[in-house]
Amino acid sequence: MSMPFYVSPEQAMKDKADYARKGIARGRSGVVIQYDGGILFVAPNPSRALHKISEIYDRIAFAAVGRYNEYEALRKAGVRHADLTGYQYDRQDVTARGLANWYAQTLGTIFTDSPKPFEVEIVVAEVGETPAEDQIYRITFDGSVNDEHGYGAMGGQADKISAVLKERYVEGASVSDALAVAIAGLQAQANGDRAEITAGQLEVAVLERGRDHRTFRRIAGAPLEALLAEATAAAPAVAAEGEAAGGGAAGGEGAEPVGGSGAPDGGSATAGRGGTAPPGGEQARPPAGDGGAGG
Amino acid sequence: MAAAYLGAGTSSFTEFLRSAAPDLLPAARLMAGGAADAGPGALPHGTTIVAAAFAGGVVMAGDRRATAGNMISQRDIEKVFRSDQYSCIGIAGVAGIGVELVRLFQVELEHYEKLEGRVLSTEGKANRLARIVRDNLGGAMQGFVVVPLFAGYDTDRGTGRIFSYDVAGGRYEEHRFHSIGSGSVFARGSLKKLYADQMSQADAVLACMQALYDAADDDAATGGPDVTRRIYPVVVTVTADGFRRLTDAESGAVAEAVIADRMRSPDGPTSALRQPAGPAGPAG
Repeated sequence: MSMPFYVSPEQAMKDKADYARKGIARGRSGVVIQYDGGILFVAPNPSRALHKISEIYDRIAFAAVGRYNEYEALRKAGVRHADLTGYQYDRQDVTARGLANWYAQTLGTIFTDSPKPFEVEIVVAEVGETPAEDQIYRITFDGSVNDEHGYGAMGGQADKISAVLKERYVEGASVSDALAVAIAGLQAQANGDRAEITAGQLEVAVLERGRDHRTFRRIAGAPLEALLAEATAAAPAVAAEGEAAGGGAAGGEGAEPVGGSGAPDGGSATAGRGGTAPPGGEQARPPAGDGGAGG
Repeated sequence: MAAAYLGAGTSSFTEFLRSAAPDLLPAARLMAGGAADAGPGALPHGTTIVAAAFAGGVVMAGDRRATAGNMISQRDIEKVFRSDQYSCIGIAGVAGIGVELVRLFQVELEHYEKLEGRVLSTEGKANRLARIVRDNLGGAMQGFVVVPLFAGYDTDRGTGRIFSYDVAGGRYEEHRFHSIGSGSVFARGSLKKLYADQMSQADAVLACMQALYDAADDDAATGGPDVTRRIYPVVVTVTADGFRRLTDAESGAVAEAVIADRMRSPDGPTSALRQPAGPAGPAG
């Protein structure tokens, strides 16, 4: 009979957190930003079918980065939770705050109890009657909730992106201006190689304040191309500035290891930032518990 | 708690309820409670619903009366609902269970759409509804009978379609037109004489309004247009443009037109006694 080695709770938690952060950092980040008519979601995603941004309820949407199978399970759970709440009470009783709390509890429990934490970072946003009532909550793998105002970034390089968003975000911007800011933010995560901004590489959706009943709407295909053209025309210098700002902001906040910084399992087998691998590729990584990240 | 939500599970909200919160299912609660002492007759009942297909869509209309025994329990109840963008549902029978059944069906369709990222086919929706009705069979056996009428625009075929149900969950596709509820016998007879294939949307709305008037004329439980209170039948259409409920003003205008006609001839339009000579066909 062999006794397991003693691992202090501090060490166990730290190992789990490091593992989750590494996993999240391998995928690309996403941005949520308010505009005059609602809330805009932007995420690099070459897949048409495997979404990172989805509808949860009438005025609530969900965006996530990380492992597809894990955030897809969370998305479905959120839809179930919202639909059950709305069925039990009333449609207006389904709120982003309630849902964010539920996600926080769920992710917190999984982080503590399960041998492998979820490698995801999610945003739950609700569009209100007025911009002041809009709510954006970012929930991380350990169940921490951040109440964001105006904009929010998720993913391994959220800090870099947030720095750009903070600098460029203006209240009450048009949807194309907001998209330009979001793209500038997303470009800040590219380490040297510029992130794509073609319509085919982006997943874009909005919660439109003025719509009745279900406010969620995807923007894809020709409408997205038109919007992108508008956004790039509005901010022709976005790309260059964005990269400069992102590079500058990275210095103080790069405490967390990101892909390629010596992570034991963060090598060429992952769906990196190269841009060609679909999100399904992120699933292709070795399953959890392969011993690579245990420390 | 979270496990029920996080599992791969099903895309059906009803099946999810069955595993996560079975007490919320309308049927399960009824079965557990047993028959009410007062008997189902004391509960409000919805009465007549009519539906008719027309060129490019389908129209559904319902009167506004709910009755409990010989009492009118509500004058302005609504019994026709949007179930999703391309379909509608009307209910006849015990109103309480019917309204809950509609709510469940609405969530069912939206739930599937959100989880799967696609809309159910018209048959798929009709079959799901059959399952929900079947779940109430125990209640129906105790006297709590409710049956829906389902109509939708089939985006694949480009036509309106109508489905009727029995309490056992039997699902029957109806062609051209159908009616359910206490006044359905009269409404169907009326529609049979007024309906024409490929009629226009306006004509189909008028035919449904005439049929409801005839039902109210002969069935005590069906309410006619209430001109003093301005309560008119709920009329909805489903076409390629989606679901649309006629405004009270629009529905009122059609109802007033029908009433004006009936002032002159109380039994309404008459159809020809002899079929005009011409090619034989189902029309007429």
